[in-house]
Amino acid sequence: MAIRKPPITTREYWAPGHAACAGCGPAIVMKLATKAFSEAMEEKYGDPNAFAIAHATGCMEVVSAVFPYTAWKAPWIHVAFENAAAAASGVEAAWKKLGRKGKILAIGGDGGTADIGLQALSGMLERRHNVVYLMYDNEAYMNTGIQRSSSTPYGAWTTTSPPGKYSIGEDKPKKWVALIAAAHQAPYVATASIGDPYDFYRKMKKAASVDGPAFVQVLAPCVPGWRIPSEKTVEIARLAIESGLWPLFEIENGDFYNIKFQRFPKDGKFKKPIEDYLKIQGRFKHLFKRPEAIQELKNQIKEVWRILGKEVELL
Amino acid sequence: MRYPFPVGTVDFIQGDEAIARAAILAGCRFYAGYPITPASEIFEAMSIYMPLVDGVSIQMEDEIGSIAAVVGASWAGAKSMTATSGPGFSLMMENLGYAIMTETPLVLVNVQRSGPSTGQPTLAAQGDLMQAIWGTHGDHSLIVLAPATVQEAFDMTIKAFNLAEKYRTPVILLTDAEVGHMRERVYAPHPDELELIYRKLPANEEEAKYPFGDIHGDLVPPMPVFGKGHHTYVTGLTHDEKGRPKTVESEIHEKLLKRIVEKIEKNKKDIVDYEGYGLEDAEIVIIGFGIVTRSAMRAVKELRKKGIKAGLLKLNVLWPFDFELIERIAEKAGKIYVVEMNLGQLYHMVKEGANGKVPVELIPKIGGEIHTPKEIIERIKDNLR
Repeated sequence: MAIRKPPITTREYWAPGHAACAGCGPAIVMKLATKAFSEAMEEKYGDPNAFAIAHATGCMEVVSAVFPYTAWKAPWIHVAFENAAAAASGVEAAWKKLGRKGKILAIGGDGGTADIGLQALSGMLERRHNVVYLMYDNEAYMNTGIQRSSSTPYGAWTTTSPPGKYSIGEDKPKKWVALIAAAHQAPYVATASIGDPYDFYRKMKKAASVDGPAFVQVLAPCVPGWRIPSEKTVEIARLAIESGLWPLFEIENGDFYNIKFQRFPKDGKFKKPIEDYLKIQGRFKHLFKRPEAIQELKNQIKEVWRILGKEVELL
Repeated sequence: MRYPFPVGTVDFIQGDEAIARAAILAGCRFYAGYPITPASEIFEAMSIYMPLVDGVSIQMEDEIGSIAAVVGASWAGAKSMTATSGPGFSLMMENLGYAIMTETPLVLVNVQRSGPSTGQPTLAAQGDLMQAIWGTHGDHSLIVLAPATVQEAFDMTIKAFNLAEKYRTPVILLTDAEVGHMRERVYAPHPDELELIYRKLPANEEEAKYPFGDIHGDLVPPMPVFGKGHHTYVTGLTHDEKGRPKTVESEIHEKLLKRIVEKIEKNKKDIVDYEGYGLEDAEIVIIGFGIVTRSAMRAVKELRKKGIKAGLLKLNVLWPFDFELIERIAEKAGKIYVVEMNLGQLYHMVKEGANGKVPVELIPKIGGEIHTPKEIIERIKDNLR
């Protein structure tokens, strides 16, 4: 069997020694994203280092910058929670005026992107800054101790959506920021998962290569927040794709009629049961006493696929 | 009414948890929040308790939304609260001013951490004092309380709701990461032991027409409830007694703002609260608020053992500020020290109160750690040498 082997650079921008948990999903995102970014910069501008990073408050900011060390081998600015996209806009606009070649990478978690940073993201996309916004989606505020975000999926336990007599856990559908970003007619919008690192790498490289703003939303499981074993991070991220819970797609210039899908089954039938994805995770444990809630989750995911123009069958 | 936590008895809980429980006992049934260290535990407790007491705990998209939702819920008639820390507190400043201008009762808890900006998220500080009092733009007044123990955090939360409802004003509970995260013994009173104040409602349709008019002569207008049939008009613009915008009439602006300031100032005696120790004969008086006063208390006791007549003034209410009290102390003392976990904020108010009658010296500390009693003692003894 031939093994797909994309040319991944040996350059590192995410250095070892950071303080992330064992098996941290977002840490894998940081490593791959910066590598892909530097490759794109080399191809486009002849300089692999032609980028700077603006980072919102969040786990990856905290674990990568433990005084007196840093895990970043690139210019890096940490700004308050809501400001990554706006600060990146500022760096980009100034670079442009100074005639500097390169692109800015803005990074935020789901809380910093879907909630408090949504306004800044919208402004950045609308003003057409040459910035890639990378949203690492671990589906809750993990840095402050696992509170829900608008990107938390239906049914999930968090400390501010505790399940119990009067609550199923998180009781609202997940907000898909990628679709909001696409509605800005941004040149490139994609979803990815660390369950398919090659796909994520390619999308990150593409995002860095296009002229103008791009947005990538990548699923990155959180070991303590999802209540999962640390060796299962990638496996769970892959199960999210295979069960149909995490659509992989690309939307260019807001063209919702020509969405490109990845790893989509030809017959629209996903082969892995959603329960396989849910049962490894402590945050969904309570759902198995409430089968109607699992059905509701499935209905919501089908609805997302329908919005994307696909009728699907989930197990 | 059954409470989802023990009442009329003691418990061993965190300061943040105590604030959440006390709020519910005080009648708070609406909480809107946003995760932030070191205040998240208040929100987490509210997430569990509120559904069990038929209340609402809602997560907003940011702190601007949190306080705005609290303002809305308060006009809907609910006792409402939000909690945050430094960066979120900064975001709330605009709507804090709105709540002052529209005389909306609410409680805003600031579990202080070191700033500016993201600063030291997990460590305590007292650097938001001036911001709590003066952070929002324009002339204004409000009430600021400062607990030093978990029990005080509990009791002052109830007091905060009472003051907010009584004077139709936002009340800030200015605590810190140390009190918020510390676990201590707390007595939670039984609801029968509590005296709770609820806002004054319009007695009739005629009164409801003047939601911003001093119709009872006590400077606090009755507050209509949205959805009770009154056509109430609320705006952050300068408004007349009926709430209609009057943005160029100087006398209306002056009348409104003076009443908003005076309803706090003229009731200062009712609001201010402090504790003194050894003030009767103290030659050296330490003044402070919150967590550092516990170190200062120890320092005072140690100094007294060494024959130095020291005393402590612990301020429980930081605004309205009792400048006259400081002046009275200045008349008797030989020297005043201000102990605070910042580079000098309370210091300036104390200096104004002391009015040049006695030297005032600052003992500041920043970096996230509380002054040790030894640090305070050594500083005072150095000066005596």
